[in-house]
This record gives sequence, C-alpha cells and structure tokens, in this order.
Amino acid sequence: MDLSQINPVLLVASLMVAATPLLLAAIGELVVEKAGVLNLGVEGMMIVGAITGFAISVETGSPWLGFLASAIGGALLSLLFVLLTQVALANQVASGLALTLFGLGLSALLGQGYVGIKPPGMAELDIPVLSDLPVVGPILFGHDPILYLGIALTAAVWAVLKYTRVGLILRAVGENHDAAHALGYKVVRIRILAILFGGACAGLGGAYISLIRVPQWTEGMTAGVGWIALALVVFASWKPWRVLLGAYLFGGVTVVQLNLQAAGVAIPVEYLAMSPYIITILMLVILSADKSRAPASLGRIFHASH
Amino acid sequence: MIVLEKRPQPSQAWSYATPVVAVLATMVFGGLLFAAMGKDPVEAIRTIFWEPLFGEFAFYYRPQLLVKGAPLVLIAIGLSLGFRAGIWNIGAEGQYIVGAICGAGVGLAFYPHEAWFIFPLMVIAGAFGGWIWAMIPAVLKVRFGTNEILVSLMLVYVAEQLLASMSLGLLKNPEGFGFPGSRNLQSYDSAHNAELITGTGMHWGVVAAFVAVIFSYVLLKRHMLGFHIRLTGEAPRAARFAGVNPARLILFCLGTSGALAGLAGLFEVSGPSGVVSIDFNVGYGFTAIIVAFLGRLHPVGILLAGGLMALTYIGGEIAQSQLGLPAAAIQVFQGMLLFFLLALDLLTNYRIRAARKEVA
Repeated sequence: MDLSQINPVLLVASLMVAATPLLLAAIGELVVEKAGVLNLGVEGMMIVGAITGFAISVETGSPWLGFLASAIGGALLSLLFVLLTQVALANQVASGLALTLFGLGLSALLGQGYVGIKPPGMAELDIPVLSDLPVVGPILFGHDPILYLGIALTAAVWAVLKYTRVGLILRAVGENHDAAHALGYKVVRIRILAILFGGACAGLGGAYISLIRVPQWTEGMTAGVGWIALALVVFASWKPWRVLLGAYLFGGVTVVQLNLQAAGVAIPVEYLAMSPYIITILMLVILSADKSRAPASLGRIFHASH
Repeated sequence: MIVLEKRPQPSQAWSYATPVVAVLATMVFGGLLFAAMGKDPVEAIRTIFWEPLFGEFAFYYRPQLLVKGAPLVLIAIGLSLGFRAGIWNIGAEGQYIVGAICGAGVGLAFYPHEAWFIFPLMVIAGAFGGWIWAMIPAVLKVRFGTNEILVSLMLVYVAEQLLASMSLGLLKNPEGFGFPGSRNLQSYDSAHNAELITGTGMHWGVVAAFVAVIFSYVLLKRHMLGFHIRLTGEAPRAARFAGVNPARLILFCLGTSGALAGLAGLFEVSGPSGVVSIDFNVGYGFTAIIVAFLGRLHPVGILLAGGLMALTYIGGEIAQSQLGLPAAAIQVFQGMLLFFLLALDLLTNYRIRAARKEVA
C-alpha cells in the first residue's frame, strides 16, 4: 500500500468532477420536490440523458450539442412522468419507478451501437495566469465548463427560490396546492414546468458521466447515482447550498474509495465499492430524523374538482 | 373541454379491464417500436406471445414458463403486501441476491456430505438471508423514520458488490481453475433443487410460489393482519384510529417480502442457475414490481401477471435468436406495460366527461 501516491490537489479536483453529475441531478430534483412532486425516475432520466448526450456528441463531434441533447432527452422522458402523474393522476412513486425501469431499457436499446467508442472531449477552462497557479489553479480554474454550470445552477436555484416571485409561487404550490389553486395559480402548469426542469438537469448530469467523468458508454453506467441524488435532496433538507455540500461529500467518498483501490489497500475492492451506498444510508439515518423541512404537499395527487 | 370526475367508488369493471387493455396497448406500441427498428411487428409480437406456448418448440418453452414465472410471482406476492399498505420495498433484487448467497453458502458448507436435511436447511437460510436484508430498511424506518425506498434500493448495489466478492472469494469453486463462480449445485444431489417431475419445469420454487399465492389470498381476505394492511393503504387515518400498529406492519410487510425474495433467490441458485456468479441476478426483483402492479396487487392477478411476464422473457429470447431483436427491446416493452397500466388506472378512479365551458 502506498498512500503517498495520492495527490491531495488532484484528489480535490477529481472530487469536484465526481460530484457534478450528482449535483446536477439533485438540484433539478430539488426544484421538482419544492413544487410538491416526488419524481423517483431520476436514475432513468440520467441514463437516457447519458446516452442521448453521448450519441449526439459522437455523431456531431460537438460535446456542447451533446449536452444540449441530453437535457432535451431527460426532459422528454420526464414528459412521460408528467403524463402519468399530472394528466392521468397516477401514483407518483409507482410512476417514478416505471420511468426508471423504462429509461434503463430505452438507454440500453439506444446505446447498442455506441459501446467502446470514445466521445469527443470538452476543453477544460484555461485562463492564462489563473489556471497555472500551483494549488488553486487545478482546483478552481482548471475544469470543464459544465462543472461551473452546475455550481451556477445551484446559485440560481437558491436565488430564485429565495428572492423571486416565481420562487415564492413554486414553493406555495409545493406547500399547499389547494391554497395555491384557490389563489388562482396554475398548480398543474407550474408542476409540469418544474418536472421538465428536473428532467433536463438529470439528463445533463447523466451526460456528464458519459462524456466527461468516464468518458464512454456502458449499459447501466449511472449505477445508482440518480438514487443517491434523491437521497441527497432529503438530507440537504431541500436547501440548494446543502445539496452542493452533500454532492462534494459524496464526490469525496467516491474519489477516496477509487484512490484507495488504486493504492492497493488491504480492503477488497468490492467492499470499497460498496462504501458510497452504505454512506448514503448512514447519512439518511442521521439526517432524516427531521422531516419538518419537506414540502407539505410532496407526493400528493392534486385534482381540482372545480 | 374534458373534465375528470372522481368516482365515489373505484369502478370494478375497469379494475379488471385495465390490465387487459394495457397489455393490448403495449402490444400495439411495442409493435410500432419493433417496426421502427426494422422488424416485422406482427411477426415479433407473434413470436413473443404465441411461439413459447403453441409454436413448434413449445414442448421446450412451456416448462420454462414455470421456471421464469416462479421467482417473479414469489417476489411480487411479497411486494404487493407492502405496496397495498404504502410501504415501498423496491430492493427485492438485493434480497434475492442475499437469499441466494446465504442458501448456497449453507449448501456449500456441507459439500460433499450427502444428507436429506441439507436442502431444507438451505431453504431456511435463503429465506433468512432475504429477511435480514429487508429488515435493514424496515428497522431504520421504524426506529429513525428513514425512507425505505432509498435504503432498500441502495442495498441492491451493496448486495451486488457482495455477490461479486462472494463469487470471487469465499464461495469460489476451489476446483474451478481460477474462474469466478461457486461449485455447481446442480451436480451436488443434496443441495440440488431438481425438477419434481422431469420435463415439466416444476421445481420447489414453483410449489413455493403457488403456496405463497394461497397464503397471501387467505391473509388478505380472512385475516386481521391482512385487513390492517388494506386499511392502512386505503385509509391511513382510519387505520390509526382502528389501532393499527404501523411499526408492526412495516416490519411484517418488509420482512415477508424480503423472505420471499430470498426464497426466490435460493430456489434459483440451487436449481436453474446452479452457481453463485457475478451475473447471477437478472433483474427479477425489478420486473416483479411490474408483475405486482399488473396483477393489481391481488394474489390471483399476480399469478396471471407473473405468467405473462415470464412469457415476454421467453418470447423475448426467442425473438432475440430468430429475429435479432435486441434484449433491451424487451426491457423497453416491459417498461411500457407498466406505463400504460398506471395511465389507464385513471379510468378506474375517475370518470371522463365532456363539460361545458364554465364561467370563471
């Protein structure tokens, strides 16, 4: 075992990369849940985003178009969730599961011709002096643009929810849909938009895995990240900045675990690979005692009789 | 303008009709999907639904129906109990794996000793393995209010890693020339879950599935606990006033579904599969969720739904070899079925009416 091989600067830099898919998916789901909808289909939307993003980048040669396509792909899949839960008033838990099962199958079908291909890379940020700084450079100024988009999105979601009228309406719909309806807000329309936003974010997160983090396509490659994102929203108590913190924590666990595998620690690889999931469970246990932060209408079906 | 009007009572007729309509709709849209992939849709649907039952090689495929259907029904029966009460165990895949590991472990511990009691011990160990794996989310939910959906799902990934570790380490065949995977239980008589009647596909797992259906039917129809499960699902407030103990219900529902999933894993590993290997699990735990809903969470419905789902598995394999239809297409097909089912359920609970435009 040789722990001295592990470079702390690279560790932090790769932690941020590992955290970004989680962050993107979780921040989208946060908005969805703030609107009072529980979409358990994050994993399905991520994997569909991963393959649409991958396929479009390979076909067009542009990672930017790939990311755009992944957001559209994720949103399109979430449209199915909209049809089920907002139009057909189906149970949200079951519909979310259906979305994940369907998404996993669909992505495997779409991805058949793309196994073993390398996608076009995305240039990392290169600001003359700043990116070359010793420790700060690789950590703060040496990443791909989507990573910064994730952070910017977190800030934007926080600001919109906290300071704007739109955010207030969204929260009102999530807290008490009957009251919001009585005030004349279009509950269903607002929820549909939130779900589509969540789908687009999850799609982006998926594409980040297949285009930047890994980068290649394999079936089921999201490996539960979508589910961890759902857990993240719960233990962030529906607060954007805590989602960021949680995502980096998980990125950290993943990266340290991978580094330990590479350094040849005496613990078998399989047990190290279990750790992110076990830590998710532990975090859920520690932080789920307080449920008071959950939007009050979360997961309830809204049907306006008048 | 179309409005939905909530029915005072769910429509009986529609609750029977929706699964059938959903299957038909899936056939139509699945056919369109296959056509989009350049396959003859009618031929594909016929291969999936007709070939295994009445085709030329039906004598080979019909027993497979029992082999594939048994684990699905066994798991789905367990899941349906929880689903009815709003307790969501979606980690049956993990419980299935752990059941198989525990059961096979007990069997392999006795190798090469031959005795009548080995297989019964394995069955107990398999059920126990699944039960203990499901008790983790159950206890955490009861004790700390942790979300059982997320915990049970996370444990699937943990179980998959455990399976990898077992088939590469502890349970690896010492005479396997270094290849991953355990000894083959099929060639160890005392531990082999052999066909009870040769050529029928009937093994102990199929028997267990039928017994589970009967027990679940009696439980839900005739037993106080079953009544509490239904009451909690349909009217949680009323259930609380009626003195239903939610903690007991959570432990029972998750525990039972875990034990049944563990049993399914044990019967699979000691019979059709034979070895503990990295790719032992094939997603029965997730497909069983579709089976449970397709069967409308009713024991008899689940029995029929399990048969239908097994049919799509087998027909899918035939379509794969004969028409070159990719395996993922069948997965999409099964996912589609759940979509239509959930969407059409609207008709059970609501009446669709054309309404005059009202003045605000």
